[in-house]
Amino acid sequence: MTAVRQAGTLAGALGAILAAGLLAQGLAPYGVYLLSLWAVYTVAAIGLNLTLGYAGQISLAQAAFVGIGAYTTAILLPHGVPFGATLLAGAAISFALGVLLGFPALRVQGHYLAFVTLALTTLAFLVFRNESWLTGGVGGISHIARPAPFTSGRGYNLLCLGVLALVSFAVWWLLRSPWGRAFVALRENPVRAASLGVDVRAYTLLAFAIGAALGGVSGALYAPLVQYVEPSPFALAFSLSLLMMVVVGGSGSFLGPYVGALVAVLLPEWLRFLHDYYLVLYAALVILLLIAAPEGLVGLAAKGLRRRPQGHPAAEAKP
Amino acid sequence: MAALIAQLLISGLATGAVYALVAIGFSLLWQGAQTVNFAQGDFVTLPAFLILAGTALGLPFWAALLAAMVLAAAILGLLFKRILVDPMLRHGAMPLTIATMALSIFLENAMKNAASAEAYPFPGLNGGITLGPLFLDWQSIMVLGVAVVAVVALTLFLSRTRTGRAIQATAQNPAVARLLGIDVGRMVLITFLINAVLVTIAAALISPIYLVKFDNGAQIGLSAFCAAIVGGFNQVRGAVAGGLLLGVTEMFAATYGPDQYRAAVPMVLLIVFILFRPQGILGRAEERRV
Repeated sequence: MTAVRQAGTLAGALGAILAAGLLAQGLAPYGVYLLSLWAVYTVAAIGLNLTLGYAGQISLAQAAFVGIGAYTTAILLPHGVPFGATLLAGAAISFALGVLLGFPALRVQGHYLAFVTLALTTLAFLVFRNESWLTGGVGGISHIARPAPFTSGRGYNLLCLGVLALVSFAVWWLLRSPWGRAFVALRENPVRAASLGVDVRAYTLLAFAIGAALGGVSGALYAPLVQYVEPSPFALAFSLSLLMMVVVGGSGSFLGPYVGALVAVLLPEWLRFLHDYYLVLYAALVILLLIAAPEGLVGLAAKGLRRRPQGHPAAEAKP
Repeated sequence: MAALIAQLLISGLATGAVYALVAIGFSLLWQGAQTVNFAQGDFVTLPAFLILAGTALGLPFWAALLAAMVLAAAILGLLFKRILVDPMLRHGAMPLTIATMALSIFLENAMKNAASAEAYPFPGLNGGITLGPLFLDWQSIMVLGVAVVAVVALTLFLSRTRTGRAIQATAQNPAVARLLGIDVGRMVLITFLINAVLVTIAAALISPIYLVKFDNGAQIGLSAFCAAIVGGFNQVRGAVAGGLLLGVTEMFAATYGPDQYRAAVPMVLLIVFILFRPQGILGRAEERRV
């Protein structure tokens, strides 16, 4: 039953990606750009969902990891390093930093990871802004070339969607593997998982580090998409925005990040007439959603589909 | 040289005292109401705007301060608890924490829309007194004086009054407190009101230096989190120690260190403490887990 449902969620994700690819063929360049941005955000949100939804830890560093991925690609590409390698390098640096930071922070329980990652985002922003010799400082790095066959907007869109499809499959596979079942056990009931011999700390750290690596992947896609990297998109606000994507979609749900990122990309376009009031309304809507349906839009939809829910597993797990 | 150091020390202590007030409120909410308030910094900016609005309406400063305190108690105390914390706490501590982050986005953008992105000047004390080689500005002295009075009053309230001890009992163990006949809901509400009063005082003290701008909360909040963690969540004493240490460190780092990395001081301090002394200066290791 669960295997069928899990295969169903992967099929849902891949179907959405395919639909996006088909849709891109008929859209104007700006629409194609938005679809690419959706893919980039979704990869970062999938990573954050591992940390938040499965390991139950708040990370405010996802923007920093996206930034690290973006700068790694922006800096290495002009030196002739192939895009695949810069992407993996960004992911590896983010992974290593995640381990380095998560190891001490997860020694102490509670919200310490939230504060350490908050600190990291602030520090990373300062490094991006101040170390001009490496990052170009406030001016940033411009004229980032897209990798060879994917130079057009549509072409690059295919690359973004392709990477998202790979990431989707990898995370789906990971969650089905014995490792991943430990993640799910963590999400359902950390105390029971610990009593069954799951090393909670090690798995939490692993979830956070893999999540960080996916942030790096997202950044690597972002830099050639906008072809210009500067510090301001990677400030704390973006970390918060990614967290909102995960909870809006539904933290701990496989499809949550896809939905949350879609809302984050499309809603500001639809509500453009609100101008500066958009974020006020969005934040208020997120709070209302969190109060009414903490399981997010995906959970809400699932509840709507099952007319008579047999009790929410997460709710039962809570003491 | 010695005079310069003394002067830096005093301005550092003054800033640190304000961080301490914000940090005390932050850890009271954390310990007493399981509320990790990531909007705490914006809770300082809002009363600052309220005070400015009061003076713009022609109220004298003290009346504007008082009115802001009442409004802050209503909005950041009562409404915050009733509308956001109470319904969220049923879902657990983590969704509530994320909701406070959304609240921070909400408050910052609401203030930006209402008051523009401008930095507003805020009334403070001018001038100072020269003691030999030392120049002490009235503003720093006033800040230190008010902060000391506030901390002493709060400590006395928490340790000497019946209500204060009931609040502490609630923070340590709500279930037992309830068994002992303490009205836990009321104690939690009082904790929120205390926080609202503390952030209003902090707003009045720090705004002459930082001016009033919609996004000031990010920096003040970070400093307060840092002070609370470095101090060790020992309710009042830890936050005071952490705040003062942070204020002084910041002031010396700003004078002798690289200017571009001034904002990194609380962050580095935070990471160092979490690495080497996660229980903080005054805390004992892991007394209570939620």
